[in-house]
Amino acid sequence: MRATPSLLPLALDRVGFRVGGDWLVRDMSFSVAGTGRTLLLGPNGAGKSVTLRLCHGLLSPTEGTVRWAAGQPCPPGPGRHAMVFQKPVLLRRSARENLLHALSLAGLHAQAAGERADMALERFQLAPLAHRPARVLSGGEQQRLAIARAWAVQPQLLFLDEPTSHLDPASTRAIELALDLFRAEGTAVLMTTHDLAQARRLADRVLFLHRGRLLEDRPAAAFFTDPHTREAAAYLRGELLD
Amino acid sequence: MSLTRRVLLGLAVAAGLAAPALAQDKPFITVASTTSTEASGLFKHLLPDFTKKTGIEVRVVAQGTGQAIQTAKDGNADVVLVHDKKAEEQFVADGFGVRRFDVMYNDFILVGPKSDPAKVKGTKDIVAALKAVEAAKAPFASRGDDSGTDRAEKRFWKEAGIAPKGDWYRELGAGMGQTLNTAAGMNAYTLADRGTWLGFSNRQDLVVAVEGDKKLFNQYGVIAVNPGRHPHVKAKQAQAFVDWLISKDGQATIAAYKIGGEQLFFPNAAAGS
Amino acid sequence: MEALGAAVGLILAGDGELLSIVGLSLRVTLMALALACAVGLPLGALLGISRFPGRGAVIVLVNALMGLPPVVAGLLVYLLLSRSGPLGDLGLLFTPTAMVVAQTVLVLPIVTAVTRQVVEDLWAEYGEQLRSLGSGRVRAVPTLLWDARYSLATGVLAGFGRASAEVGAVLIVGGNIAGHTRTMTTSIALETAKGNLALALGLGIILLGLALAINGAAFALSAAARRAAAA
Repeated sequence: MRATPSLLPLALDRVGFRVGGDWLVRDMSFSVAGTGRTLLLGPNGAGKSVTLRLCHGLLSPTEGTVRWAAGQPCPPGPGRHAMVFQKPVLLRRSARENLLHALSLAGLHAQAAGERADMALERFQLAPLAHRPARVLSGGEQQRLAIARAWAVQPQLLFLDEPTSHLDPASTRAIELALDLFRAEGTAVLMTTHDLAQARRLADRVLFLHRGRLLEDRPAAAFFTDPHTREAAAYLRGELLD
Repeated sequence: MSLTRRVLLGLAVAAGLAAPALAQDKPFITVASTTSTEASGLFKHLLPDFTKKTGIEVRVVAQGTGQAIQTAKDGNADVVLVHDKKAEEQFVADGFGVRRFDVMYNDFILVGPKSDPAKVKGTKDIVAALKAVEAAKAPFASRGDDSGTDRAEKRFWKEAGIAPKGDWYRELGAGMGQTLNTAAGMNAYTLADRGTWLGFSNRQDLVVAVEGDKKLFNQYGVIAVNPGRHPHVKAKQAQAFVDWLISKDGQATIAAYKIGGEQLFFPNAAAGS
Repeated sequence: MEALGAAVGLILAGDGELLSIVGLSLRVTLMALALACAVGLPLGALLGISRFPGRGAVIVLVNALMGLPPVVAGLLVYLLLSRSGPLGDLGLLFTPTAMVVAQTVLVLPIVTAVTRQVVEDLWAEYGEQLRSLGSGRVRAVPTLLWDARYSLATGVLAGFGRASAEVGAVLIVGGNIAGHTRTMTTSIALETAKGNLALALGLGIILLGLALAINGAAFALSAAARRAAAA
């Protein structure tokens, strides 16, 4: 699957997305390269989730372009880019079969898929749960399984949409540890969160969005200590933005 | 993918289950006939004998006479055995049938409630009886399905000079048995063939009111479908069935069929036509 | 009471004719159901997840066809298979095959309509995730059908019920030929016509018993499997 040439950088050029008469995202330009973690921050309705979906190809921009290094439109898929959703969507099958399904979509043969699935279960401490129905796992286990599934198909870029917003601190910690595996393997991450403490722990770079526009694109340390915009400063102070 | 395979396998198993039902081996002919012959049980009595002698299986589709003739006209039967001589002769004249033979007769009867509101019980004249029914506005159940019995009933009304209409005259659009069930349920008079009547168990208050009129004579005829018109019909086997029905052997078998000691059909092939 | 006695009597006698009638009824109905599923499940799933102009009209049509009177379905198949009809050369009229065709026509809309609704709902839940995993819509069909299997079972059983209970279509295209195309329902119609109401009702009780047994088995199997999959 890694035979695919590098897709990065991913570049958004004045991307806008409109539903009805409302622009949910407007004039959005940034690019993602390398292996670091980029966090999309901003209040509710800032357009974070829509931006992730535009990047992942689940939504098509109304205007502007989303381009990958290959130059072609690049649909989501194994070896390319994967996404973990806020609420994990797991098939009504066992944990292991969920992995096998994704790997079969990735074109792996049964034996290779089985080996890869077992490896993923092992890596993410899910091996004891392999044959449990995925949908009776706890919230934290389900999200870990979703991340294991994303890992199994070896993406170059991983999108995460508030992956820990429904989880307790212990499960959140487990997810954050899991993300280290991606960093170790050189997979770039683009992720949203509402948890500022988590953002401080994880971010290498921050994109700050407000009302569908990108207001700041800064290294994380600089952003957290010295926000440039009034909106970002207020957001970091925990004030309500309008 | 194993899931797809599993589904296909399931379908294959289901199809396999059904397959034996669809296998056809023995030679057979299809006979379009009337509900009266089927419901009276005649075929059940008659056919095993024929099949044993010839090895030909006979599949009877029981319909009203009108529908049975249409079935044969469309080429969906090899033989037609019905009871409307005029229509049968027309069928042959139009080239659909090879030749018509008389097979047997029984008779129509007017049945009605024991209470007999039209006061016709025990009389013989069917036309006079229908006049009385109309005069009394007594409930009358009509087949209304263009069957041989229905056509006979319409003929009798015509002879009586009556176009039956009104609340008392109920056209059911149903077979003989269904019509008897309904007539029993609403205590109505109805014209029935004796065969179905004798084989019918749910009489409730119905009894025979009028019988014995020569007009009530009910002739059955048999015709093999013309292979010149429908090349796919099994002409040889069809003719074998017709020949057997009018043979001494077949006629004797018909005469032997009785319910409660009463003979249902009277063979009269010798009379020919 | 008399009917119950007739039913028990028929069963105890182990009557060969009754067995062959029950066997034919089951085989025709199951085969029609299998055919309707083979076509209706993927068709309904595609209808559930695709978007095209006129889709609403197609859905309305399929839903309306669930109410197709069996007699009309029978008549259409009759005209199709009649020697004077377009497929007359096959010689299928008044055969069990014709009955299978007619019942397939009756069951197909039910399986398709239920599948469409169930898969459409499941697609709302799975759609983004499956696309994210690189699954196209067509490739998603088997995944969705498998994951919706317990809900779909209800639709399939409804189809079974429709096929096993109807008399109008099989009577017209089968001809109720003794020993050849006589089913439970056409026997009931015939015995009613002969005024043997107790026997007719007895046959009805046996038919009902079969339906109960099959639905009960399906329910138990599905409940056990559902517990195992926690779906």
